Amino acid sequence: MGELKRLDLEYNQLTSDKMRLNVGPQHPSTHGVLRLEVVVDGEIVTEVIPHLGYLHRSFEKYCEQMTYVQVIPYIDRMDYISAMNNEWVYVMGMEKLMGLKVSDKVEYIRVILAELNRIANHQIAVATFGLDAGAFTPFLYYFRDREHIIWVFEKLSGARLLYNYFRVGGLAADIYDGFKEDCLNIVKRVRKTNEELMDLLILNGIFIKRTANVGILPPDVAISYACSGPVLRGSGIKYDLRKDEPYSIYDRFDFDIPVGDGEVGVPGDCWNRNIVRVREMEQSCRIIEQALEQMDMEGDVKELVPRRVKPPAGEVYMRAENPKGDLGLYIVSDGTDKPERIKARGTSFVNLSVIPEISKGYMFADLILILGSIDIVLGEVDR
Amino acid sequence: MGLLNRLDDPYEGGGIVLGKIEDILNWGRSKSNWYLHFGLACCAIEFMAMNASHFDFMRFGTIPRTSPRQADFIMITGTVTFKMAERIKILYEQMAEPKYVISVGSCSNCGGPYWEHGYHVLKGVDKIIPVDVYIPGCPPRPEAFQEGMIKLQKKINEQAIFNKRKRLKKEQSDDNK
Repeated sequence: MGELKRLDLEYNQLTSDKMRLNVGPQHPSTHGVLRLEVVVDGEIVTEVIPHLGYLHRSFEKYCEQMTYVQVIPYIDRMDYISAMNNEWVYVMGMEKLMGLKVSDKVEYIRVILAELNRIANHQIAVATFGLDAGAFTPFLYYFRDREHIIWVFEKLSGARLLYNYFRVGGLAADIYDGFKEDCLNIVKRVRKTNEELMDLLILNGIFIKRTANVGILPPDVAISYACSGPVLRGSGIKYDLRKDEPYSIYDRFDFDIPVGDGEVGVPGDCWNRNIVRVREMEQSCRIIEQALEQMDMEGDVKELVPRRVKPPAGEVYMRAENPKGDLGLYIVSDGTDKPERIKARGTSFVNLSVIPEISKGYMFADLILILGSIDIVLGEVDR
Repeated sequence: MGLLNRLDDPYEGGGIVLGKIEDILNWGRSKSNWYLHFGLACCAIEFMAMNASHFDFMRFGTIPRTSPRQADFIMITGTVTFKMAERIKILYEQMAEPKYVISVGSCSNCGGPYWEHGYHVLKGVDKIIPVDVYIPGCPPRPEAFQEGMIKLQKKINEQAIFNKRKRLKKEQSDDNK
């Protein structure tokens, strides 16, 4: 297992005609509308040029036109798979700018929802990665479980995918009776399915042969490209904003940061990036259980929500650990009820930039897997 | 649906169903629709949920195809930008007749939340290709997808294959009355 699959291009000094291939912009395994211009030598990838902009929806332009409250739905549509986490970053930034301190109950609900959304995001990521490798069953299993998470969000916010639930200073609505039981039920389901999936997909011989030792991202390259999230942790670097720079109330929970340790393959390959996501689901389950135990059900979640959000002039940079990595929002306020400028540091965009570096020298079929293991969302890449 | 109703009332002796060729062809067409999934944005994630175990889109006889030449209808799910609009038109033109279009979500129906300031967003996919069924929502619920599919099947069932002009003229004169 230890040997590298990277093929030596200068093995036999023959030069052959290079071919230019287009992958995308509409292709099921590009995870959205990404277009890759690939130069192949036979079946070996020699150059990859990503072309972006097919889903540019002018998010930053919109933020300048909308009031602070109206920005929240547009934040949802950036990384649409983990909308709760996106909202949280924005809302936390605004609270920091306005000097609001939300109640403990709100913080706990936010943590639980963010972790539930993290699980939902990783379920999609692992499921579609399985699809890329040719395994269809995990997709069905994970989406069956994801429905239960979606139902909780639906009961809270009324929407299935884009929630618009967090507010500056609180939440849009209080939790319902039976929220606790629903969450515990989800945790149970997630653990059971993950256990099944370990045999079915993760430790499956065919899957290991396809993904281990493929698309190796060395730790120093990952750092120099400013990668974050499971892509960085897959390379064996223990970096997680929830632990390293605890925001909200993450310092009250006991959880680990899983890293790719080279149990199969070498740290930084596709298999290790994938296993980080599977293990993070378990850690999220632990956080949810602790939060449910510590949470106080009394209190009003809307008591601090201002009728009109009008922060003082100033600027703030807020970042938090999203499922895909660290999302940063730079908010500039000029004292009116509309933001002067909001700049987003899209995680997927930064993580995607590593593709040309790590896919050189592998087979063309491996390129699809490398792209799948990075887990990008084009809504966040193009914004 | 004409053919199915007649199945309950077979010809004497049974085993024979009398029907128009048009009905039989339409019945076959409506129950086996292969589609080209044009996933663009958030709606595509909801469409993935629709395809998965809980809602099971394949019960409508739909099979996803990755080539436009094998597809009967195209599903536009998400925000259509100007850059993408060109590709949609090319792919639509590559599809074989008869072809249908389902537009999913506010964005492809009319521009949705990006209607006002979206300098880069096409305000409705119907500006470049003809749309048969619009599914509203941002994103639509899977139940809305199901209804959209039923609407499309209904439309296919009622379409004219032979004597199209004659029937069109009759419909127009009926409307005028």
